[in-house]
Amino acid sequence: MSKYYLNYLDELEAEAIYIIREVWAQFQNPVILFSGGKDSIVVTHLARKAFYPSKIPFALMHVDTGHNFPETMAFRDQLVKDLGVKLIVGSVQESINNGRVAEERGKHASRNALQTTTLLDTIEAHKIDCAIGGGRRDEEKARAKERFFSHRDDFGQWDPKNQRAELWYLLNGKYFEGEHFRAFPISNWTEMDIWNYILREQIAIPSLYFAHQRQVIWRSNSWIPYSEHITLETHEQVETKTIRFRTLGDITITGGITSDADTLDKIVAEVAAMRQTERGNRSDDKRSETAMEDRKRDGYF
Amino acid sequence: MIDNNQLLRFTTAGSVDDGKSTLIGRLLYDSKSIFEDQLASVTATSLKKGHEGVDLAMFTDGLRDEREQGITIDVAYRYFTTPKRKFIIADTPGHIQYTRNMVTGASTANAAIILIDARHGVVEQTKRHAYIASLLQIPHIIVCINKMDLVDFSEAVYYEILSHFEEFASKLYIKDVRFIPISALLGDNVVNRSEQMPWYQGAPLLDVLETLHISSDINKIDARFPVQTVLRPQSAQHRDYRGYAGRIASGIYRVGDEVMVLPSGFSSTIASINCGFDELEEAFAPMSVAMTLSDDIDISRGDMIVKPNNQPEMQQEFDVMLCWLHHAPAKPRTKYVIQHTSNEQKAMIKQVVYKININNYQRITDNIELEMNTIARVTLKCSQRLMIDDYKTNRITGSIILIDEATNETVAAGMVV
Repeated sequence: MSKYYLNYLDELEAEAIYIIREVWAQFQNPVILFSGGKDSIVVTHLARKAFYPSKIPFALMHVDTGHNFPETMAFRDQLVKDLGVKLIVGSVQESINNGRVAEERGKHASRNALQTTTLLDTIEAHKIDCAIGGGRRDEEKARAKERFFSHRDDFGQWDPKNQRAELWYLLNGKYFEGEHFRAFPISNWTEMDIWNYILREQIAIPSLYFAHQRQVIWRSNSWIPYSEHITLETHEQVETKTIRFRTLGDITITGGITSDADTLDKIVAEVAAMRQTERGNRSDDKRSETAMEDRKRDGYF
Repeated sequence: MIDNNQLLRFTTAGSVDDGKSTLIGRLLYDSKSIFEDQLASVTATSLKKGHEGVDLAMFTDGLRDEREQGITIDVAYRYFTTPKRKFIIADTPGHIQYTRNMVTGASTANAAIILIDARHGVVEQTKRHAYIASLLQIPHIIVCINKMDLVDFSEAVYYEILSHFEEFASKLYIKDVRFIPISALLGDNVVNRSEQMPWYQGAPLLDVLETLHISSDINKIDARFPVQTVLRPQSAQHRDYRGYAGRIASGIYRVGDEVMVLPSGFSSTIASINCGFDELEEAFAPMSVAMTLSDDIDISRGDMIVKPNNQPEMQQEFDVMLCWLHHAPAKPRTKYVIQHTSNEQKAMIKQVVYKININNYQRITDNIELEMNTIARVTLKCSQRLMIDDYKTNRITGSIILIDEATNETVAAGMVV
């Protein structure tokens, strides 16, 4: 006799597919926020499953900081082609050119915070009423309080103390003109769940996640890729190391770890043994104890 | 890779100083779910605040306001995995004004941990928490009697609290309750067995969480499939495909099963079941699937596919236990939007039958205004019939929310009685 209960990955998958379908049923013009990172790749895979044999009925949206890994861009373009979906790009460089935002200065300057303006402008320009993100509650303490359906006011802001009650799986996606929602179908997944799922489903991910040789510099306690956007300090030197990335963000701030994990199996084994959180290598989160909460209130991912 | 492990969701309830955050911190810490950078950050903050050692409670303090005030203000979710199970904790605050948060955390939980301070015993809030756990039909309740170190690990104190709890809980509809004497601060009976309490023969908390029988928590008897959306690929390859997509609320469906579509009442048989890219012979709750039927029937979002010999009730007027969640009280004769499974209609509170005083479980029939955190039995009248079940037999088809059209806020949650 067969068993009539799900293992935890199947249950997480069933929950995520339910939420993605609910977005499609409740909103007029949803998109998937696609960064090229593993979480948004998993969300896209889940969306394929949610609508199969139909294709994904909405666009992917990418907020392009201009400081990308070339591998991520190539991966994105191939995926969009394979899925036959529309791609919407919001460009931070354009926001800078239009004077909507000003480039940060100094050694630790990054375009991370600037993304928020571009994101909100793109949402408005394309009349998007729900942006599906790959945010996970285990990533960061401010994210631990996110709802599956997260309401944003007409300034795109999140009010963590005044969120709608969310009970059972009854999701309230009602909004007024100018407001929008973020939906987080993989809220309940951890980094380990993501990797186990990628392994099980054999989902294609950018080569950057696998161990490879790269020119790097040692900065903020991690190996930052050497690129045209990096200005070397006097004491810093470019070295070649075998590294891989645990998360993918701006090329200027995403640190790699030294690793020999060049297959999915090895990555899963390595992540299982990790003693540091994945965002530990993201200098954008290290600015203050509440760096993520402050950015999220303003409308960040 | 762990593959056959189940997911257990639990909620934690306690009064302000019962040590709830410390208990969660202890579970995470002793099960080695804390990362080095988190530990470093908490150690640094603990030192700055002048605490001795690591303040375990800080692992769960999330947002800036509550870090400053030292209280938890909203439901926060935590995750940890052991070789036996994956766990999701809905960490809800103990403050009186936040009943709505516990109701939220309890709505999807398999288990509730109710914390009692051994020095204070059963207090008003304990009764409140037990009531909510029974109202939301959390299948398993674990009462942790905490701070046993402050009562000399006394067996007598433990048994006195246990019998006090049993006494008032006998009035409630609770299926499974267990008691564990613990010290979250020192770690006794949390992950590791206590050496201080040899008189306690039961298992430590984590063992209990790892072995609770949860695969019967979801109803597998009454087949209920609310249709979320209809898939029509209209591609050359799938020209005639018409799949009804949704998450099975309860029960089991097999290809070839005779089914009935509500509210129309048309019958057909299941032609295929898809789960993602795979075609299945059978599917069960809580799977997300897409079904096709052998006959061409007009089916849309809000409809429900059931079995002809086991149907939900079709009611336009019915009673629910309602928990009011919003700071603005209910307005008489107001039309609300009601959400029930994938169905959405208009509804009105026709009558408040009684309110519950959740401190002593007495019914109140005078002064029956519905304010934030009020729990009341009310009669709802809907614009259309809904396909409902008793909440006690079905948490999905027995639950509703009300939305205020003027603000779009979710103002109440209800359980069909």
